[in-house]
Amino acid sequence: MAKITASVFTSHVPAIGAALDLGKTQEPYWQPVFKGYEYGKQWMQDNKPDVIFLVYNDHATAFSLDFIPTFAIGTAAEFQPADEGWGPRPVPVVKGHPDLASHIAQSVIQQDFDLTIVNKMDVDHGLTVPLSLMCGQPPADKFEWPCPVIPFAVNVVQYPVPSGQRCFNLGKAIRKAIESYDQDINVHIWGTGGMSHQLQGARAGLINKDFDNAFLDKLISDPQGAANIPHIDYVREAGSEGIELVMWLIARGAMNDVTGGKAPELKQRFYHVPASNTAVGHLILENQF
Amino acid sequence: MALDKPYLDVPGTIIFDAEQSRKGYWINQFCMSLMKAENRERFKADERAYLDEWQMTEEQKQAVMARDLNWCMRTGGNIYFLAKIGATDGKSFQQMAGSMTGMTEDEYRTMMINGGRSVEGNRFVGENGDAQAQNQPQGATAKKAN
Repeated sequence: MAKITASVFTSHVPAIGAALDLGKTQEPYWQPVFKGYEYGKQWMQDNKPDVIFLVYNDHATAFSLDFIPTFAIGTAAEFQPADEGWGPRPVPVVKGHPDLASHIAQSVIQQDFDLTIVNKMDVDHGLTVPLSLMCGQPPADKFEWPCPVIPFAVNVVQYPVPSGQRCFNLGKAIRKAIESYDQDINVHIWGTGGMSHQLQGARAGLINKDFDNAFLDKLISDPQGAANIPHIDYVREAGSEGIELVMWLIARGAMNDVTGGKAPELKQRFYHVPASNTAVGHLILENQF
Repeated sequence: MALDKPYLDVPGTIIFDAEQSRKGYWINQFCMSLMKAENRERFKADERAYLDEWQMTEEQKQAVMARDLNWCMRTGGNIYFLAKIGATDGKSFQQMAGSMTGMTEDEYRTMMINGGRSVEGNRFVGENGDAQAQNQPQGATAKKAN
C-alpha cells in the first residue's frame, strides 16, 4: 500500500524563483535564504519520493474571477509552468500522477470534502518555487523534476478561505485516501505558502517573527493547537497574505501522529527574514513507523 | 443579518472578500488578460483604448492609469490580479507592495532588510502604528508633504 513518509513545509515567494532563474543565488541578499535549503536538497536526494502531493495556492493564474474553487486537485498527466506576466519560469513541465490523483479525489470526496477535479491547468510560482528550492534546477540533459507531482490548489485569495481546522481535517482525509492506494509507493506531502507577509495597503511589509516562530513550534508539537488558530489571528498578526499558512495544516494533518501514531522526527527547521516582502519558513518532518 | 467580518478593523488592509470580488470583477479580469504577451503589448501601446474594451467603471480605469494600487483595491481590485499590471511595467512584487506605503523603493527595501514592518500599533484601527490612517503617507512622500 502507499504511504506518506514525510511532510515538507516551505514559503513559495515568487522573488525566490526570480533569484534562481536570474542566477542571483550567490548575492549577499539571497545567500542566507538558499543556505537554509541546502539540507533539504540533500535530503530530497537521499529520500526521493515516488510522488509529491503538493499543496499550494493559485495566485490568480489558472483561476480568474470567473471561478475559484476552494480545493482543486490536478488529475492531468502534465501541467505547464504559467506565464504570470513576467513570462513563464524556465523550469521543467510538471508531470502529474493521474491514477493516484483520481484515486485521492474519489476517496476524499467520499469523505465529505468537495474537491474540484481539474484536468487542465497551468501552475504558478506557488507550486514551482517549492520544487526549485527542494530539488534545485534540473540539468539541461535531464530537464525534469525528480518525480511526478499532484498539484492541490487551495483558495486563499478570495475570502472567506477554508479554516485551519477544515484544512487539518482535509489532511487526515488525504492520508486515508493515499493509504488506500494499492501500490507500494512512497508519497511526500508538502504544505507551502506563508509565513507572515502583507502585500497590500499601508500595512504592506508586515512581518511578525514571534507569531511565525510560535506557529512553527505549534505545527511541530501541537498541530491541533495550530489548527485552532482562527482566520482573524493570521490576518491581524501575520498580515493579510499570512493566511496562506492554513495550507501547511493540510500537510500536517496527513501525518501519522494526528491519529495516534508516533510523533514525527523533525529533520530541518529554518526561518529567515526577508525574501522580498515575506518571512521564509521551512520544516521537514519524517513519519516514524 | 449582518455578515461576520472581523477583519474590518485591521488598519491599512482591504480583505478581498465576496463583496469586494463582486465590485472588482472587471478590473480583475482586465488584469488577467495581461498574462498574454500580445495583450501586454496592446495595453502598453494605448492604455486608454485597451481599458475601454472592458466593462470597468471610469474610476477603475483612472486608478489603473494612475498606477495607484491602493485606489485600485478600493474599487475591488485584488493584489494578485493587480500584480499583472506591475509585471507588465517590469516591476517586482516588492516595488508594487512598497508603492502602496508612500515609501521610496529604497526605504521599503531597507525596512524589509531590517526585519519588516512591526505589528505593534498596527493590529487594530485606533492604535498609533506606522500603518494607521493618521500616519499616512509614510517615508519620503510624508516628508515632501510637510
